[in-house]
Amino acid sequence: MRAQDYQISKEKFVFHNVDERLHDKKLETKPVSYLQDAFRRFARNKASIVATFIIGFLILFAIFGPMLTPYQVKDKDPNYAYCLPRNEFFYKHGIHFWDGGQEKELTKQTYDQYRAIELEIKGRKVIMTKPKVVTDTYMGKERQLYKFRLDTYNVVGIKYALLKYDEYVALQKYQDEHNVQIIYPMTDPAKRPQAEQDINNANIWYETRLGNGRKTEIVFDENGNFKNIYWTDTESPDDDKYTSKMLWEGDTKLYRYAEEKGGNMWNVRVDYYEYYKYIHDKAGDGITKPSFLLGANNYGMDIFSGLASGARFSFILAIIVASVNLVVGAIYGAIEGYYGGKVDLIMERIVDILGSIPSMIVITLLKYHLNASHIVILFISFFATGWVGMAARTRMQFYRFKNQEYVLVARTLGARDRRIMFKHIFPNAIGTLITGSVLVIPGVIFSETSLSYLGIINLSTGNMTSVGTLLATGQNYLFTFPHMILFPSIFISLLMLSFNLFGNGLRDAFNPSLRGNEE
Amino acid sequence: MYMFKYILKRIGLMLMTFSIIFVMCFVLIKLLPVNVDKVGFGEDPEKLKNLMEARGYNKPILEQLGLYIKRIVLDGDFGIGINMPEFQGADVWDTFTKMLPPTILINIYSSLFAVPIGIALGIFAALKKNKWQDHTISTLVMVFISVPSFVYASLVLYILCFELNLFPKTMNPGYDYFSIDMFKSMIPAVLSMSFGSIAGYARGTRAELTEVLTSEFMLLARTKGLTKSQATTRHALRNAMVPIFPSIIGEFISVLSGSLVIEKIFAIPGVGGLYLAAINSKDYDFFMMLSAFYLLVGLAATLVIDLSYGIIDPRIRMGAK
Repeated sequence: MRAQDYQISKEKFVFHNVDERLHDKKLETKPVSYLQDAFRRFARNKASIVATFIIGFLILFAIFGPMLTPYQVKDKDPNYAYCLPRNEFFYKHGIHFWDGGQEKELTKQTYDQYRAIELEIKGRKVIMTKPKVVTDTYMGKERQLYKFRLDTYNVVGIKYALLKYDEYVALQKYQDEHNVQIIYPMTDPAKRPQAEQDINNANIWYETRLGNGRKTEIVFDENGNFKNIYWTDTESPDDDKYTSKMLWEGDTKLYRYAEEKGGNMWNVRVDYYEYYKYIHDKAGDGITKPSFLLGANNYGMDIFSGLASGARFSFILAIIVASVNLVVGAIYGAIEGYYGGKVDLIMERIVDILGSIPSMIVITLLKYHLNASHIVILFISFFATGWVGMAARTRMQFYRFKNQEYVLVARTLGARDRRIMFKHIFPNAIGTLITGSVLVIPGVIFSETSLSYLGIINLSTGNMTSVGTLLATGQNYLFTFPHMILFPSIFISLLMLSFNLFGNGLRDAFNPSLRGNEE
Repeated sequence: MYMFKYILKRIGLMLMTFSIIFVMCFVLIKLLPVNVDKVGFGEDPEKLKNLMEARGYNKPILEQLGLYIKRIVLDGDFGIGINMPEFQGADVWDTFTKMLPPTILINIYSSLFAVPIGIALGIFAALKKNKWQDHTISTLVMVFISVPSFVYASLVLYILCFELNLFPKTMNPGYDYFSIDMFKSMIPAVLSMSFGSIAGYARGTRAELTEVLTSEFMLLARTKGLTKSQATTRHALRNAMVPIFPSIIGEFISVLSGSLVIEKIFAIPGVGGLYLAAINSKDYDFFMMLSAFYLLVGLAATLVIDLSYGIIDPRIRMGAK
């Protein structure tokens, strides 16, 4: 056939729809962006939502926890060491749970010592419940034990305080102004207990004798009462330094309230609870009385404030490490994955070596070579090996996407390498990178905890502590004071659990292959 | 043949990584001065100095490295303890081999305990998918995987050893590793280590098995007349084990290194405690030997896991282009 057979005359061509305007069909459904889609999938996962709330709560605890309590990590009072957790609400209403009390089964001798403390510091209870007498056999002999609940705060009772003369006067002035008795009469030096363990025990205000095995035994009068051994003065004191205007009501005897120790220092017996209030009133740090919500540790540090500031530190460290790792790892992985070949081979070797060094070795060598604080060492060592994982994830995504057609198109259109890398390929890696960096956070906190626990690093200095340090000290008192390890353990377990659930949710959310796959 | 070449290549790379890290460690630890004056009770600092002189501790570091490797290769001599009071002058290799059995035993017991229970739980959960049994197991697995091992250790110690008084609180001393008493004293540590791995195995098995159970060959197996249990045991389980098996092998290699935290809590006289002591007192030879050991175990575990994927399942050939 010849071509002219197909010649169509010009007139036959007419415009199809001259009067109408043509446009694409408008989309009836809203476009869903990648992030929206991921969020929707995440929100459908109940466990992750719960985990998110727990994480939010833990972060709020880390931010605001230290503000909720007047105590700080540096407030350590050895007299209140090992105090049990006390919730003021339960304590005020006499509910014997979480009230700072401890169930005890003790011999009469020890029970009487506690009773004596209560008798002297009038108005505050040492023995919280009426004692029950139980019998048990001990080394083949029957003996009677007193079962009662002991107030772990008031049991401190009276302490010796070594004061300068003007401090002593100021304390007396405070007593008169606030109408409380802080200073108690000194005991007669000749009648004080002789047993070594009790020589400095200010709580013994009653007559004792040295019993079997060099133990202190209480001497009672005929009615079974304690006999006091207060140091009385025969003549009226003419000197101000021996008196306090606060005398015992209805008692006309004159007592000595201070014992000169030389060097203008005076030894006085103070009711430690009131004295504690006095010290903190003078310091103005907002502490009104000893009361630790989560108890105190072996240094008398409030565990709540320790845990909150430890959590704060852990989160800050973890977030910094995670973000630095993310940036460095992403750039490194992008270069590796995009250029491939020899560049990749060499860079992979470096990553291989860095990733294989056990973190213990890194920490040890850094610790001995850098004369820096342990925080810096911890940070460097987490960074030194931490970004490797991020780099591997990014590299994998780059390998997967760099040969796809759309990248070829971009390159044909003249896009530069950097643009292709970060504008076209990198967004594909965002999902896995976010998941990865979220999971770095519990990883860092866990490693910090383990390292402090093993005693390789020690972050506890001055006004700082870490969860790991709290756990490690708590471990030593596991059988005697389990509250010391209980609360840090709950914190770390909750944290790991919620981050794992959250991370799982994120991973599923960013996985587009699960789209529409939900049951 | 391809596989053989691949294995050789991987081993070569592993050895290269190992030597680079080893040399780095050696140089960095030798740069630290050793405190000669801090000697054990009743020891003579002069004697120690002479000993160090004789072993060439005052030579340039690279020469020392040569000497160190020469001694290891020719005499099997890994050096002696210098500044840990209880191991002063002790042969590093002998001390190490003496302290290895408790570590290995604890880990082997815990694997023997964890692997069957974990896999059984995983299979059970997968078969009861989305029923209450599965939900319970999956929740527990999540909890047990997340909670750190030292928390379990504290719980086990407090409840089983203190409140109920079932087991001793620390491992018995002595070298009689296979007596009943010794085994009993190891149980708390074994338990504390097992919880996490049980959960890990259960999660892995469940994930793999559920995937296999929904695949099409399972339908085929049922259509050709197999009962559900026959199809599961003969076809599903076998395929599900492919990724789980390498992780078990990997675990068995890393049992050597054990857990430093668990060893510390239960006072296990193993290599972990020795390593910590060596770190804290900067003992050159102990530090090098134990670092090398941990490094090698870690590298070997990764290698074996990678390789066994390829060997067990021919569909997966790592590194194949």
